This record gives sequence, C-alpha cells and structure tokens, in this order.
Amino acid sequence: MADPTIPILDMRGVSKTYLSKGRATEALRGANLTVRRGEFVCLLGASGCGKSTLLRIAAGFEAPTGGEALMWDKPIPGPGPSRGMVFQDYGLFPWLTVRDNIGFGPQSRGRPAAEVRETVERYIALVGLQAFADAHPHQLSGGMKQRVAIARVLANEAEVVLMDEPFGALDAMTRERLQDELLDLWARTGLTVLFVTHAIEEAIFLADRVVMMSPGPGRIEAVHGIDLPRRRDVSSPAFNDLRRMLAAQLHSHHAPKAA
Amino acid sequence: MSTGAETGILPATPVTPRGARPSLARLRGPALALVVPLALVVVWHLTTAGRPYSLIPPPAEVWAEMRDLAVGGVNDDAFSGTLWTHLAASLTRVYGGFVLAAAAALPLGLLIGRVPLARALLDPLLQVLRPVPVTAWLPLAMILFGLGPRSAFFLVFLGAFYPILVNTVFGVRSVEPRLFEAASMLGCTGAAQFTRVVLPAALPSIFTGLRLGLGFAWVVIVVGEMTGVQTGLGAIIMEARQLSRTEIVICGMAVIGAAGFVSDWLVMSLGRRLLAWSPSHG
Repeated sequence: MADPTIPILDMRGVSKTYLSKGRATEALRGANLTVRRGEFVCLLGASGCGKSTLLRIAAGFEAPTGGEALMWDKPIPGPGPSRGMVFQDYGLFPWLTVRDNIGFGPQSRGRPAAEVRETVERYIALVGLQAFADAHPHQLSGGMKQRVAIARVLANEAEVVLMDEPFGALDAMTRERLQDELLDLWARTGLTVLFVTHAIEEAIFLADRVVMMSPGPGRIEAVHGIDLPRRRDVSSPAFNDLRRMLAAQLHSHHAPKAA
Repeated sequence: MSTGAETGILPATPVTPRGARPSLARLRGPALALVVPLALVVVWHLTTAGRPYSLIPPPAEVWAEMRDLAVGGVNDDAFSGTLWTHLAASLTRVYGGFVLAAAAALPLGLLIGRVPLARALLDPLLQVLRPVPVTAWLPLAMILFGLGPRSAFFLVFLGAFYPILVNTVFGVRSVEPRLFEAASMLGCTGAAQFTRVVLPAALPSIFTGLRLGLGFAWVVIVVGEMTGVQTGLGAIIMEARQLSRTEIVICGMAVIGAAGFVSDWLVMSLGRRLLAWSPSHG
C-alpha cells in the first residue's frame, strides 16, 4: 500500500462535463496530476477553473466523465474515510457536540467505544479545543468550527486531507493562525494535503507544489514547485517574486477571450 | 463587547449579568402576560355584573360554577363535581388521537420525504385530502365509526395527523446536502445515514409538527366530542349549550384553554431539552 513509487492520488486525463436541461457544461478538461504521500499540493485558480471539481472527483463525490481518478493505483469508488474532506462551510453536524462530531467517523466505522473515546480526546487536544469539547457547533467561532472539521478527518485516519477553500470564510487573523496550525499538523503527522484556494499568497505559503488552473473550460495550466524554506516569510523578496510571477500567470488567463 | 475578542472565541455559555435582581426580572414576563387577560376580565365584569338579563354570566358566577364543577357543593346539580371525569375523557382522546396520529404520520412522513416512489404514490392524495376541514369529516366519521368515542378519536387523529406529516416531510427533505457528503466521506453510508443524519437533522421540524399536531388535537376535541359521546369537555359544552347554561360553556372553554396550554408547555420543555443544539429551539 505504501509503495513509495506509487502516487497516493493519480489523476489521468480527468474530465468532467455536467449535463443540465440538455446543455453540456465542461467544468474540467484533461487534468493530469499526481500527489505523493506526504505532499502538500495547492490547486490555485479563479472561480470556474475546475479546481473544486477536481477536488470533488478526488473525494469521490463526483465521477469523472473522462479519464481516470486513481488512489494507490485503484479507481476511486466513491466517498470514503481514506480521503477526508474539509469544506469551506464546515459541514459539521449541528446536533452533535465537538466531541461527538470528531467521534462520528470512528463510530461509523464501528471502532470500539473505548478506542473512539481515546482517539477523540487526542484530536480535541491536537486542535486545542479541550475547553469546548461539549459545545455545539453554533456556539463556536468560524475558526473553531474549522478546527473541529480538520480534527474529525484526522481522527478518522484519513490518508489524504482534501480541503476546499477551508479558510475562505474566516477573517484574516484567524486564517493566518489556522494556516500555521495546519502546517504544524502536516509537519508533525506526515499528512498528505490537497488544498483548493484562490489566494495566491495562501498557495505559496502552504504548498510544496502549486497547481495553476484556468477557466473556460477548467484545466491545469502549470505546476510550480515552491522551494522556499519553511516557515515561509510572506514579506521576503523571494516570496514576493513568486507572488508576482504567479499573479501575472493567473491574470493572463483573464485576458479577453475570443468570443 | 470587545472583551475576549483577541481569540475570536465565543463563550460556550452565555454570561448572565450579576447584581441585577434576577427574581424580579424573571417575574416580568409572567406579569406582562397577565395584564391583558386581567383587563378583559375587568371589562367582562363591568359589562355583565348586576344585569339580570345579560346573556353572558359575570366572571364571579363563572368562577362559582367552576368550583362547583370541580368539587361540587355549590349548585349540587347533574354537573357538580363532574369536571375531572370530563377532563380525563378529553385528555384520553386528545393524547390517544395524538399518539395514533404521530404513530401514523411519522413513519409515513419519513417515507414520503426519503423515498421518491412513496412520494409519487401518496403525496398527491394527501395534498387533496389536506384542505378538507375536520368538521367536514364529521358525518362520514359517524357513519364509519358510529356515534361515540371512536368517532371522536378519529377526528382528533385527523386534526393532529397533517401537521405532523407535513412537518416531518419538510424536515426530512430539507436536510442540508452537505451533511450527507460529510457523513459519507467519514464512512457513514446507506441506511446508517438515515439514523445518524436524516433523523437528527429533521428533529426540529418533526418537533414543530408534533407541537402543532397536539395543538390541533385540542382544537378539534370539541368537534370530536359532538359525535354523541357522554363525557368530555366538548360534550359538556354541547350539553350546557342546549340547557342554556352559558357559565358551564365558559368553564369548559377555560379548562380546554388551560389544558392545551399546559400540554404545549410540556412539549416545549421536552423540545428545549432535546434540541438544545439548535439555535432556533435551544
């Protein structure tokens, strides 16, 4: 399973066309992407570039209409615990406490109660929510909700964490803190992360590789390895050079298209 | 209100201000609630007391009748001390009909909400039957179930059935799609999603339906007990009407109001406990 030569995720010419009321919309065309174990990959692009579609195909929420979506060399059969998803709108169960939200996955998979309890306490501590273990989601701030959402996929032993603009709805200060916390978790646990964002700075700050996508139809434009040492200084000249370069590339996609 | 904002963290429980007189503050609501009813009783008293030809008895007379109905010893007629018998009979029908309605409407609502075939088969029929008022069912109920308590049961059942059904269907159908995605990526799929996602997510709506249903059960009890039953608050009202004992009619109305209020309060308290997680119920 952990054969280092096999990528954990392998998208081969993945396309997605939606049919609605007899009209076809091409959301994604021929996307090729491999993600290796332990990598942090960001999908960067404007809205309509297919980045969320690609992520949802990796999650198994959608099946590709063309190409192959593989995990450990096998077709992704549908949503499952090996690929945990963190949504921008959290997707927490409002009737469950923080503790029970985090325990939902292990419980669903029939883990023994004692093990679930132990796992839950460990991950509550990992995201620093001990004081709120018995709170319900509506009592939490956005940043805390997203910590719960991250903890519940980690507690469920996800091999890949798929994140769909997870910090997009948070204020700037909370976002920066959660970015730091996420990198810290990633470094400590050896997670594999596929992270969708439309913020250039966020992508450069977080990713080993930034996958640039462009709209109309959605496709992968370029992939950039980010070699800056971590923790990255967003005000350093090297960071700024990258930011400028990616911005120029991103904006060139918005040049007037032939009608 | 900027204290504690450095973390962006909200307190898990609301902080109650200290120093304020909590006992007095807690009495404010009930005190305000009594203002208008008391004013109405005063107006009622002023317009009816001391007028022998008033068709509406004054409050003091109704109060005396209420005591007589409850414990006897005032008029010593056929009605004296019968209140509890009538109340018990009505309670049995209200809760019996309500429990039957819930037992039928909940599974049916879950089915219609979740299974497209069940929706296609049943929803149109139920939508056509829904606007038919309970009173219009009265003659048919008497033919189907005869004169007596079974008809009353049936009408209470009908009154409670639709609010429970409609709200259950609504609750089941309006579960946020995101929650199904969240459940399935966490490994909860198929039938397990029903008990772990659909039911809890629909619970606030289901609860609203139960509460409305119980309210309607009280509303239709008078109609239900017009079907020739001997006991019940509806029956006593109809009998008193025929004897022109308006004070008994008013007593019956007051008891129905009070009993309905108490039973709604009980359901609400239960709901607050079960639905503490829901911002709109907790």
